[in-house]
Amino acid sequence: MPGVNFNLLWPQLLVTALAFAVFGADLLMRRPQRALLVWISAAGLVGIFVFTLVYLWGRNTTLYDGIFHIDNFSLFFSAFFLVIAVVVVLSSAQYVRQYLTHPGEYYGILLFSIVGMMLMAAAGELLTAYVALELLSFSLYILASYARNEPKSNEAGIKYVLLGAFSSALLLYGISLIYGAVGATRFQDIALALRGMEGVNSLLVVGIALVLAGLGFKVAAVPFHMWAPDVYEGAPMPVTAYIAVGSKVAAFALLLRLFAEGFAPAIDQWRLLVAALAALTMTTGNLVALTQTNIKRLLAYSSIAHVGYLLMGLAALSPLASTGLMLYLVGYAVTNMLVFVCAIAFYNREGKDEISALSGLAGRSPFLAGAMAAALFSLAGLPFFAGFTVKFYLFSATAKAGLLWLAGIAITNSLISLYYYLMVIKQMYINPASQPTPLRLPWPMVALLSVLVLGVLFVGIYPRPVVDAIQAATQAIFPGGMLSTP
Amino acid sequence: MDTFDRYVLLLLTALPFFGGLALVLFPSSRPVLIRAFTLLITTVTLGLSAYVFLSYDRSRGGFQMVQQFAWLPSIGASLHLGVDGISAALTLLNGIVAFAGTLVSWKLAQRPKDFFVLFLLLVSGVYGTFASLDLLFFFFFYELAVLPMYLLIGVWGSSTDFRTFLRTKEYSALKLMLYLVAGSVLVWVALLAMWVDGGDALGRSSFGFLDLQSAHYSANFQKLFFPFLMVGFGVLAGLWPFHTWSPDGHVAAPTAVSMLHAGVLMKLGAYGILRIGMQLLPEGAAAWAPVLIGLGTVNVIYGAVSAIAQRDLKYVIAYSSVSHMGYVLMGLGTLDAAGINGATLQMFSHGIMTALFFAMAGVIYDRAHVRDISVFEGLAKRMPVTVGAFTVAGLASLGLPGLSGFVAEFMVFVGTFRTYPILGALAVIGAALTAVYILRLVAKAFFGPLDDRWRGLTDASRLEMGAAAVLIAFLALWGLYPWYIMKVIDSGVAPIVQRLASG
Repeated sequence: MPGVNFNLLWPQLLVTALAFAVFGADLLMRRPQRALLVWISAAGLVGIFVFTLVYLWGRNTTLYDGIFHIDNFSLFFSAFFLVIAVVVVLSSAQYVRQYLTHPGEYYGILLFSIVGMMLMAAAGELLTAYVALELLSFSLYILASYARNEPKSNEAGIKYVLLGAFSSALLLYGISLIYGAVGATRFQDIALALRGMEGVNSLLVVGIALVLAGLGFKVAAVPFHMWAPDVYEGAPMPVTAYIAVGSKVAAFALLLRLFAEGFAPAIDQWRLLVAALAALTMTTGNLVALTQTNIKRLLAYSSIAHVGYLLMGLAALSPLASTGLMLYLVGYAVTNMLVFVCAIAFYNREGKDEISALSGLAGRSPFLAGAMAAALFSLAGLPFFAGFTVKFYLFSATAKAGLLWLAGIAITNSLISLYYYLMVIKQMYINPASQPTPLRLPWPMVALLSVLVLGVLFVGIYPRPVVDAIQAATQAIFPGGMLSTP
Repeated sequence: MDTFDRYVLLLLTALPFFGGLALVLFPSSRPVLIRAFTLLITTVTLGLSAYVFLSYDRSRGGFQMVQQFAWLPSIGASLHLGVDGISAALTLLNGIVAFAGTLVSWKLAQRPKDFFVLFLLLVSGVYGTFASLDLLFFFFFYELAVLPMYLLIGVWGSSTDFRTFLRTKEYSALKLMLYLVAGSVLVWVALLAMWVDGGDALGRSSFGFLDLQSAHYSANFQKLFFPFLMVGFGVLAGLWPFHTWSPDGHVAAPTAVSMLHAGVLMKLGAYGILRIGMQLLPEGAAAWAPVLIGLGTVNVIYGAVSAIAQRDLKYVIAYSSVSHMGYVLMGLGTLDAAGINGATLQMFSHGIMTALFFAMAGVIYDRAHVRDISVFEGLAKRMPVTVGAFTVAGLASLGLPGLSGFVAEFMVFVGTFRTYPILGALAVIGAALTAVYILRLVAKAFFGPLDDRWRGLTDASRLEMGAAAVLIAFLALWGLYPWYIMKVIDSGVAPIVQRLASG
């Protein structure tokens, strides 16, 4: 068979092998030894991360006749997903020990979902992308309901499965319509067909809209967001973090490649749709977040709002906007990781996830309160934190694409969001503690939080290395440099 | 000293910032160490800002002590620092007020470490804003200066009981924060528009102030986006009707924060209108100047009338700030050399005088635990120095010749009479109203027979007196000898006036 070269899929294969190794070790180990599984998974992921960077650096090729792209874009996202996975694995350790049974399967399934994400970023063809997405989604369905004795977790799992299946159906229907309109499923062939097409093709527009709706479910864009708050609230907390960060980054990797390599020539036919979706998503997310009292639900709506900002980068599709979108993904991921790890650390100690439980945290644990405040300020987009830099970049890129009105809506939204982030800060710093006992964190948590705080500051103050890496990745999906945007 | 010159602005911005971060590592159990370290930082920054002011070459003009570091070349953003005559003067102002603010917060007992960390971050943000020649970093530091306010007021502030309702410090902190960030929403939109449009004109993207100055924006663009800047920055400058955060916020804030906020931060707003609005969008400024000067006049009169109606000592000062910022806005709105020079000197002089006001009000509140003017009587007998310093600030505020307020207001009046004589007449009436509320306050609360309730009060401490002495020295210095600072300021104002005239 021409073009078959398994070698370039080594990173995915290694993560799969690691997943099986974790399953196997779980069978062979005695109960007390199973705590080691965290370290096996984490060490394995770090090893694969290094291997991936060394092995795939600078490759630019396609596999299986264009079904997979091994380029800077997929390399960037593979590395990104592996880092996210390491953080999620490490932050899960104590939580899994305290609240969940069967650690082996937990880490194994987590690793499978990473494979799905890595394939999503590399997919250059609609059906492959769909299969990769389902690998991710099924892993997440299981993880969301992993606290099997918790009714809320079960509810979260069922909701996620039902709505996920619905969205998959929409996505598949969209794919079939697009195939009907252009006769191709490979992104590059779609673009080729679109370039030769005159006028508006209603079949295509409906197809793109359905694909957008299907993926919109996965990233929780309004009006397809209803599952998110319940799933976030019910799922075990590290899983919530993982859904909020990992699955969204992966879905945007897919969206970005699909729209840049596939749908870009028909940009006039879908730009307004995506822009409207973005405006609706950010506004609804922020307005509903104002009234939340549970930290997980608050973060659910806040992440919906951030998805709105991210969609803006898709509507502004250009190399600059794509750089802005990916930079935003980095800032979003590191900040959300930080805020979720803070919430996990607090939950591990106190078993509470109400915002009011955080009152007086600044006195009880200045470090945890400081880390959480840094994360919230970053989410609100205040300077010195990642949030400011990535927002400024993405909003600038959006304005540059002639969407100043959309950037204006986004800026107004970040004002609204400041209010509810400040309410959490107020609980921690201004309100007195209900029980003023000091709250001590285990050292791995402190170390993990410190690394994440440094990450948030690094992206905020010295983003240049990240931007350089992203620009290299962007070039892979915009081969002609600048595409023919108006 | 050339190398030093190139790094002094960076040092000035970085020192309080990293000083603040270093303070986090200090043990909370050693408040003396924390205060001493803060005082060291603010003393050194005062020295450095005096150096910036004095070594600024007035005859050469333009931006000096320039330094540039690339940050994100793909969007044309760099850390580009430099000062002209206007920002050199305001840098000095920040140094003075931060130093005096540290002195008066010496006895702060509640969580002093956290307080001084945030205080130093605030100071760093202000230095950065005045020194930035890059719009992205201007906005960056501008937001940094606003950010710590929420906690500074929310944690260390005080609530005011109006009997029928309660203005809590949390309410005031949130109101201030939301107003200011709402203002920066408008600013941000305008900056993005200027970046996009300027980038098209230049053929490359740049947030650089000097680059954008050479990009000629169309008249329609300027007219469309100038009001974004005018209102957006105007919120921070206390522009009527967006000023209502300011009395509540300044009253609720702890003393040093009121000093810094009313004294320096409000000037950031006026500075933004001047530097970004008028210098980059001169035609827009020309079109909207009547609105600016009109609203400025409302500020003067409305602020003064409101101040007359207040019973709370800090509310009187806060409304007097609203009124005095009106002169600044009027001066800017004249588009006339005398008016803008006067406005800039007024920024400086009001910064010093209001810091002195708030410092002395803080001393009184600290001892008496009330601020209601109607219950004070004869405080001068027990607190002669405090009352004396407060009265000096009051005299500067009502424009007594010999103090810097007179020079500044006089120049604003000259500028206004040249352009809008009727508004000039109203502004003079505003100055008369200032005399009403200041003299009434001083007569009622400070002089006359001593009420027995206040027999136990003690006068200002040595450190508080030191703070007052520094502030009074500058009020008198620029009042008696305004030429030096006027030449510095004029070297910055002249090119702006030229741009406004050539449109």
